Amino acid sequence: MYKKLLLLGFLIAGLGMAFTTTNEPTGYAVGDTAKDFKLKNVDGKMVSLKSMKKAKGYIVVFTCNHCPYALAYQDRIIELHNKYAELGYPVVAINPNDKDRSPGDSFDKMQERAKEKDYPFVYLYDEKQDVARSFGATRTPHVYILDKNMKVQYIGAIDDNSESAEDASEKYVENAVDALIKGESVAVTQTKAIGCTIKWKK
Amino acid sequence: MIKRNILSGLLLFALSFSVSSLLAQDVALIKKEQLFAWKNTTADSIYVVNFWATWCAPCVKELPAFDSLQQAYAELPLQVILVSTDFRKNLESKVLPFVEKKQIQSTVVFMDERNPNDYIDLLNPEWSGAIPATFIFSGKNKKTAFHEGDLSYKELEDLLLETIQE
Repeated sequence: MYKKLLLLGFLIAGLGMAFTTTNEPTGYAVGDTAKDFKLKNVDGKMVSLKSMKKAKGYIVVFTCNHCPYALAYQDRIIELHNKYAELGYPVVAINPNDKDRSPGDSFDKMQERAKEKDYPFVYLYDEKQDVARSFGATRTPHVYILDKNMKVQYIGAIDDNSESAEDASEKYVENAVDALIKGESVAVTQTKAIGCTIKWKK
Repeated sequence: MIKRNILSGLLLFALSFSVSSLLAQDVALIKKEQLFAWKNTTADSIYVVNFWATWCAPCVKELPAFDSLQQAYAELPLQVILVSTDFRKNLESKVLPFVEKKQIQSTVVFMDERNPNDYIDLLNPEWSGAIPATFIFSGKNKKTAFHEGDLSYKELEDLLLETIQE
């Protein structure tokens, strides 16, 4: 009896440990091949990566309307697209936030923002949050750079200074895309940044 | 020459002192080394370190749980530290008024590092950088805990008890 209790105790302790140390499936790692998806753009049309015929790769950015870090990067994301879309690497912005938990990130509000800021890139609504989950995105902004074979080449931050674009000394995304365009391998493939958690449905 | 250096050193010291006392709520600016000192403590101390920001709704919501924990375990060598990751430009305009208005009891410090890549992975590679994020460092038994996302009081307390268990 005593032994059984002890065993049970161990089991419970083990279970507790498992709960605190296990994370959800982590999504893509650098080198993985991403699956295509189809999401609704702010213009109402459904967009998949393959439907972007001229693309030689993609700068996928999980972002949103309300997060101050996403806001701080808004203009930099526009610049990225303006610089790299014509070179074959368009920005694909995806808002994964649940509108009930974050009303500022509803589809209507996305449309408003896209109009207000004149977004030159697609701004897609991941309403079911499947795409964010399959990528393993956890925060906004969170960037995944894919090459033409849909292989993940970079995961992380846009640069090393979220507060101020001028003070950023390492432009991670630009460096990665520049390398891919030149046919070189990406030097820094993974970085991190403080960001807002994605608001998952409850 | 040496004298002058000492003098300017003293001046600098006095200056830094007056700057920090201007920040009335004693929100100290910390560098990454401070985080690692907490992480690697070998004293009996237990550090509960929470990363938050004034603009982060789930963070703000869980802050009272941290104050309650500090109070409930006052007999332990426990220190709750709330690390603000707000933008530097918002320290005086947002963070300090917030700390005062909410009457936060726990120690609040301000993360004065430009590049989060310098400390996120070193604290825990599992941390993606999303906030809220909570670490517990228990010096006595060398155990640590990490949680990304918000915590209820009960969850926070369970995490603490698990971590300090011998």
